[in-house]
Amino acid sequence: MLQFEGWKKLVVILITVVGIVYAAPNLFPGDREGGGNFLPGQKINLGLDLQGGSHLLLRVDMEVVERERLQGIAEAVRQEFRAQKIRLGGLDVDDGEVRVRLRSTDDAADAMRIFVEFGGDFTVEDTSPEYRIFFTEEGLVNLQTQTIDQSMEIIRRRIDPDGTKEPVIQRQGRDRILVQLPGVDDPEEIKRLLGRTAKLTFQLVDGSITPEEAIDRGRTPSGSVLLPSDSDDGQFYVVEKRVMVSGELLETAQASFDQNNRPSVSFTLNPTGAKRFGRVTGANIGRPFAIILDGKVVSAPTIQSQIFGSGQITGTFTVAETNELALILRAGALPAPLIVMEERSIGPGLGADSVAAGQIAAVVGLLMVIIYMVLSYGLFGLLADVALAVNVILILGALSAIQATLTLPGIAGIVLTMGMAVDANVLVFERIREELRRGRGVMAAIEGGYSRAISTIIDSNLTTLFAALFLYIFGSGPIKGFAVTLSIGIATSLFTAVMVTRMLIIIWLQRTRPRQLVL
Amino acid sequence: MRLKLVPSETSINFLRLRNGAIVFSALLVAASVGLFTLVGLNLGIDFRGGILIEARNADGPADIGGIRGDLNALGLGDISIQGFGSETDVLVRVQRQEGDEAAQIAAISAITDALGAEYDIRRTEFVGPTVGAELAEKGILAVVCALLAIMVYIWFRFEWQFSIAAILALAHDVLSTIGLFALTSFEFNLATVAAILTIAGYSINDTVVVFDRVRENLRRYKSYEQRDILNMSLNETLSRTVMTSVTTMLALLAIVLFGGAVLRDFALAMIWGVLIGTYSSIFVAVGMLSFFDLKQHLDEDSDPGAVSEDA
Repeated sequence: MLQFEGWKKLVVILITVVGIVYAAPNLFPGDREGGGNFLPGQKINLGLDLQGGSHLLLRVDMEVVERERLQGIAEAVRQEFRAQKIRLGGLDVDDGEVRVRLRSTDDAADAMRIFVEFGGDFTVEDTSPEYRIFFTEEGLVNLQTQTIDQSMEIIRRRIDPDGTKEPVIQRQGRDRILVQLPGVDDPEEIKRLLGRTAKLTFQLVDGSITPEEAIDRGRTPSGSVLLPSDSDDGQFYVVEKRVMVSGELLETAQASFDQNNRPSVSFTLNPTGAKRFGRVTGANIGRPFAIILDGKVVSAPTIQSQIFGSGQITGTFTVAETNELALILRAGALPAPLIVMEERSIGPGLGADSVAAGQIAAVVGLLMVIIYMVLSYGLFGLLADVALAVNVILILGALSAIQATLTLPGIAGIVLTMGMAVDANVLVFERIREELRRGRGVMAAIEGGYSRAISTIIDSNLTTLFAALFLYIFGSGPIKGFAVTLSIGIATSLFTAVMVTRMLIIIWLQRTRPRQLVL
Repeated sequence: MRLKLVPSETSINFLRLRNGAIVFSALLVAASVGLFTLVGLNLGIDFRGGILIEARNADGPADIGGIRGDLNALGLGDISIQGFGSETDVLVRVQRQEGDEAAQIAAISAITDALGAEYDIRRTEFVGPTVGAELAEKGILAVVCALLAIMVYIWFRFEWQFSIAAILALAHDVLSTIGLFALTSFEFNLATVAAILTIAGYSINDTVVVFDRVRENLRRYKSYEQRDILNMSLNETLSRTVMTSVTTMLALLAIVLFGGAVLRDFALAMIWGVLIGTYSSIFVAVGMLSFFDLKQHLDEDSDPGAVSEDA
């Protein structure tokens, strides 16, 4: 006899009610909370392709960091050797290693003592009098992790200075960072914000030689370097290598105007920076110093008087550029350049259009399927339609509850699920028809229809689930979203087709006790 | 009155059409592979790398000719410009630029500047060469793994003959869909891979339904000819096959008509998939099955579905 026990009914009703409660916030306009405090869930989390936003996959240029780190080691070697009066035969950084040559093997023990100080991140290969210092495997990993963590923090400060935009910033693999920022009007701006490392230094200009002489001779004094101008005027400067003050010592930076009303960035140094800046400027009044950003000289004003806490950077900036520069300087320098590997930016207009189009497609698709089912199966079709409606509610509820991200292909997945969701019911109804044709009674036909169809239903749904699973594993971004909605759709449609329709049919049978069934 | 696209009881001799269908399918697959190797796919930027920009003219129809002139002047190489969805919208595709990633980013800026203020940039996509290659690799891996997993599952649930027939039908669907993309030059991108996997899922779903019935009938009607059992199973499941195809088609049609330009290609591919999947379940999957001697492999004990009764 056909039975649908009370507890099963309770489970079906309970699941449906929970689904409705979690889906409900989506009915309310406004923010994510939707419906205020009386509903537990949140609205469905729309993907960037639906709400608009930027998706950037960035690569951190590790080679630059490694080289810088090795150069730091080389510099330390030079200084320590000088301090301990060890004579240096040669020192260069190449191919991911620092090569040191001693004049005399007598110094080997002293040199080794210095090298060991560099710690476990480095290996020293001793072929006295020559030594090679390079990263250990672990040291490289440490450097990567450190660089990536630091980069992520700086990225966050640059693109979300007020902490209100809810960006996703994730490490991906060895040297990549994924940035997802919703609601972006100008994706170009973000790329500009992330496009420079923004290493700011103040260095004295070397007055002992003019840039022209340095270019002619092809070399500069050993403590100086030749740097190009930031504006494209082809000018060069010879500046001392020694850094007076660097960007880490900035307290704050603001866009402003100088006395000639040109756009500029004014900055304030922190106490340490102010003290150091005051000392150097006090000792060098009348000499020019260079303001250097990412290896280019922005300007080289002459020190008029001792400067302490604050100053102004004036170059050839527009107002927009000073705003961005000030923001970047406040956020701090990136440890390494970022390279954009992949970008997908959707404007807010397109996202809204996609949501609207998706909703229309979903409603039209739903209506067509509903009508077709009623035309084909009459009352049973209607019952299957109720189950279909429950199915859609459950999908929306599940997506809201687990805060999965709904993407545009995800909407296609939902619409497609609607078409395929009735399949389970179709299988059952066709079986019932067959049983009826064999002359079974109403009850026996329905009973037989369900028991025979169930293994087919499970087999066919499981195989589709496999396809969805692989979409999820190998898919990226929006495709993952499609896989999620498809999988949820398979689970909910199994439940609604097998449980909800079955319950409704049994209730109908018990109420009307029909002798005949036309299906 | 009920709407019935297929009469309640049919007795079509599907297997009579088997040899013709196999020739047709073999030609279809051969043509698809040929088109794929000779013509190739119109790979989207997802796999090839490059830039895609969708822009809308705020003040009226987009001036495609004007845009083409402006952008060609930038010297960025191969640029394709086409209307997209409505007459105010254009889709600009630019080939991968010489040089590193920074060169690509510079090209995006140049294009948005050249489009000028009257065009609202609705979408910017850029895929670097490294990522493109990775996405292609992942896409292929996804399709192959899904096919293998499905094959193993069918093997466990049925017999190896069913597994082979199912995988041939699936490969047939996947290859002919790729052939269709080569023929029509529709853009082949990540969404297409999703469509292909969904087609695979749909097609296998259909095949499994028929196979389930074949297995059931093989056990139930032991004295019947295998050929008759296969035909009978196809006929019995025919109305369900058509019914489900139609509901799925209706849903897909709604996406094609109302779902917007981005989803249209996806839905069109799926519609093809539903058609070819339905065809292949009947003719390729069951057709292949008919070459095997199925009866001797089925042991009667492990049968949950069949109720002990006689026809």
